[in-house]
Amino acid sequence: MSSIALRGAPVRQQIHWTERFAHAALLLVALALIAFLAAPLIAILQKAIEDAQGRYVGLANFVAYAKTPALLQSLWNSVWVSVVVTLVTIPIAFVFAYALTRSRMRYRNLARSITLVPLLAPSLLAAISLIYWFGNQGVLKSWLTQLGIEQIYGAPGIVLAEIFSTFPHALMILVTALTAADARLYEAADSMGTSAARKFFTITLPGAKYGLISAALVTFTLVITDFGIPKVIGGSFNVLATDVFKLVIGQQDFQRGAVVALLLLAPALLTFAVDHWVSRKQTAMLTARAVPYAPKRAPVFDALMSLYCLGTCALILAMLGMALFASFATLWPYNLAPSLRHYRMGLFDAEVGEAFANSLKMGVGTAVFGTALVFVGAYMLEKTQGMRPLRALVRLLAMLPMAVPGLVLGLGYIFFFNARGNPLGGLYHTLTLLTVCTIVHFYTTGHLTAVTALKSLDAEFESVSASLKVPFYKTFWRVTLPICTPALVDIARYFFINAMTTISAAVFLYSPQTKVAAIAILNLDEAGEIGAAAAMAILIVAANTIATCIFMGLSWWIDRRTQAWKQP
Amino acid sequence: MSTPYLRLSGIRKDYGSFTALNDVALDIAQGEFVCFLGPSGCGKTTLLRIIAGLEVQSAGRIELGGRDISRLPPAERDYGIVFQSYALFPNLSVADNVAYGLVNRRAGKAQVTARVAELLALVGLPGSQARFPAQLSGGQQQRIALARALACAPSLLLLDEPLSALDAIVRVKLRGEIRSLQRKLGVTTVMVTHDQEEAFAVADRIVVMNHGGIEQVGTAIQIYREPATLFVADFVGRINALTATLEAGGLRLGTQVFRCEHESLSGHAAGRELRVYLRPEDVLARPIPDGDSNVFEAQIDAIEFMGPYCLVRVHGESLGSAKLTVYLSLNYLAEAQLQVGSRLKLRLMAERMRVFS
Repeated sequence: MSSIALRGAPVRQQIHWTERFAHAALLLVALALIAFLAAPLIAILQKAIEDAQGRYVGLANFVAYAKTPALLQSLWNSVWVSVVVTLVTIPIAFVFAYALTRSRMRYRNLARSITLVPLLAPSLLAAISLIYWFGNQGVLKSWLTQLGIEQIYGAPGIVLAEIFSTFPHALMILVTALTAADARLYEAADSMGTSAARKFFTITLPGAKYGLISAALVTFTLVITDFGIPKVIGGSFNVLATDVFKLVIGQQDFQRGAVVALLLLAPALLTFAVDHWVSRKQTAMLTARAVPYAPKRAPVFDALMSLYCLGTCALILAMLGMALFASFATLWPYNLAPSLRHYRMGLFDAEVGEAFANSLKMGVGTAVFGTALVFVGAYMLEKTQGMRPLRALVRLLAMLPMAVPGLVLGLGYIFFFNARGNPLGGLYHTLTLLTVCTIVHFYTTGHLTAVTALKSLDAEFESVSASLKVPFYKTFWRVTLPICTPALVDIARYFFINAMTTISAAVFLYSPQTKVAAIAILNLDEAGEIGAAAAMAILIVAANTIATCIFMGLSWWIDRRTQAWKQP
Repeated sequence: MSTPYLRLSGIRKDYGSFTALNDVALDIAQGEFVCFLGPSGCGKTTLLRIIAGLEVQSAGRIELGGRDISRLPPAERDYGIVFQSYALFPNLSVADNVAYGLVNRRAGKAQVTARVAELLALVGLPGSQARFPAQLSGGQQQRIALARALACAPSLLLLDEPLSALDAIVRVKLRGEIRSLQRKLGVTTVMVTHDQEEAFAVADRIVVMNHGGIEQVGTAIQIYREPATLFVADFVGRINALTATLEAGGLRLGTQVFRCEHESLSGHAAGRELRVYLRPEDVLARPIPDGDSNVFEAQIDAIEFMGPYCLVRVHGESLGSAKLTVYLSLNYLAEAQLQVGSRLKLRLMAERMRVFS
């Protein structure tokens, strides 16, 4: 009888009671991602195929969109601006990455650090600086006129500011791609007397091919989905991102807003798919036996590269420096004497102080809860068993935020949480929802960091624990968590910095009571208080710099504490 | 065998349409040391993980000490396990690693400390309590892993290629220690290995596996001398595989008929083509009795130096196209002044010629 039963349904192992905790935790993560990611996105899809009364209209909204010349103009503007920025940024970043990885120039670490500065600022900082440099009362306005450009507002401003803000993103990808070089290939080429140019075109460039594709796509997507820069310096030059805002917040036209949001989702999804494909190719390229490439000293080349990096860093610092300088200038451009007028005005008169406090609260909340959620989710996926279908769903949802622009996510939140009858509707306009939205928006990078850290642990820790009858959560607490703390600090820092600078999703979700600093800058700029806007942007940079130092100190402290078991 | 301690019956494991294990049945006695031996992908590790409950069999029954554990989660079975990667917790000291399972059982602190000291002495690393895994060599780490697995005095010890990550000399030393430790504690042990020498050295019985099934179960000598299947004969040790025809006087190889006194010869019809398996050491260069029908004239094609003996490849005109590998001692080669191209007489041992149809 038993043999008949055995042939039938496969044997199922009894579930140990401790495993139920793991299943419950995984279920919670899944529910959180469904409620705060999947449902809002579905709400957008739904809005796009409904009319204002909520009746199904098929593709009518899309047809109406295609018949609106102004909106089509925005689409075209968005696309060509993004293409131009990509075409300019990638070569600049590639040469910089090449200098960092393939030359023996001095102060490489300093140059690398300076390039990371734009990441600490909200993207609109660049736009504000450009106004001071090239705006109507700009220092170098005459240069612009000589180039035949009438004014910085519009496409020229957007392009320049976007280059500044996307440069570090492109650079990071390209540095990674160029670091992954096998020295043996170059040695083989040298032994055959290959020229430097031929080595570059036959080894270096093909090796960095996937990095270049990935960097280009990321840059394009960042530009086409960015909201802050076109809002500040775009003038009357309309792009998709500003259209969404105008349609939804200005005209309350949710249906067409949803259509535009879907248009923004398309390039991001494409980037996501290509990036996924690229990363699989990339790992296959570098085998475990590769010998890392170490550049040789070449005085002329090194000097040229230093000069190039110096120039680029100077431009980056000029951008930041101008905002810093202008924030202290009493009355631009008439009275440049330093004063705290803009800081006072911004913090107290315009009540940005409160917004700044909100930002800090959101930053800390995102760092703490985001890190916890991401790490628990990644742990449950990587190190526990059972509930296969749910596992696949969580895996997918954890990767999805990478493909969803903040603007689209924020719009989804309005549609979903503002809908009548939603039991979670009470969250709308609260700082909690802003925090949750930010966690979800930046979930994927944190998730990947956590997964990488967990994958580097011995896969049998859990098996050994089970054989010793120690429940998984004890091993999680005593072993997994302590080993992964450096990754946790990285994730927390990433969450904090991005929470401080993000605009795109927050712009749809704040209320006067829950305004955050980055939004306050936008409002100050709209009110013509550009000096105060610069001051507040500088404050965000300062806060992020301090936070980065604290996180670095934390890493250092953890490293020291754990040195005992790391070093032989 | 008296009542088995670990009994596997009808174990099957499918991954989609791929069958990793097919109807495996095996009895292991209490205190026995059994090795699963086979090429990679034969299912030996999967079988071990199924015994541990780390993989779930698609069908089949596992009994441990008379208790059905087929569906129990790992924590409710009773075993210690050691992996190839050691899987020591890097952030915990040696003492904390060894005590990892003990602490959970609410033993008193003094008791735990004493037990840890006892275990460390047992694996030959007394006094290493305060060190961290990264400060130990591979061999030392594996001893700690062994101590941790034995800490709770499990009734079954599972070893998943525990020596594969170590270098050759440490491997030989440690396998001897594992064997004597196992004898001392009398713990029933299952070890997975792909190294036949290792299996020969430690196992009471060897389970040779291939393509998800058991080919043969037996002692090292049984497996080596009496391979049950062509696969075992090929996989274990070096062997000469020859094609012969059964005739009245014996087996015809080329133009010569050889006597075969192996029991596997019975039952085959005359005129049939058979596979004859003969180990290199069963082809002798001395003594060569006069008039022995199993002696043939050979010529040396190649000599491969292996240390105390050489692997000598020969052919013989009377054998037709067949080529043989034989072991000749270095001293004998020098004494008889043999080199490539030399001729010598060799004898096939009639009682060792195993026949397969």
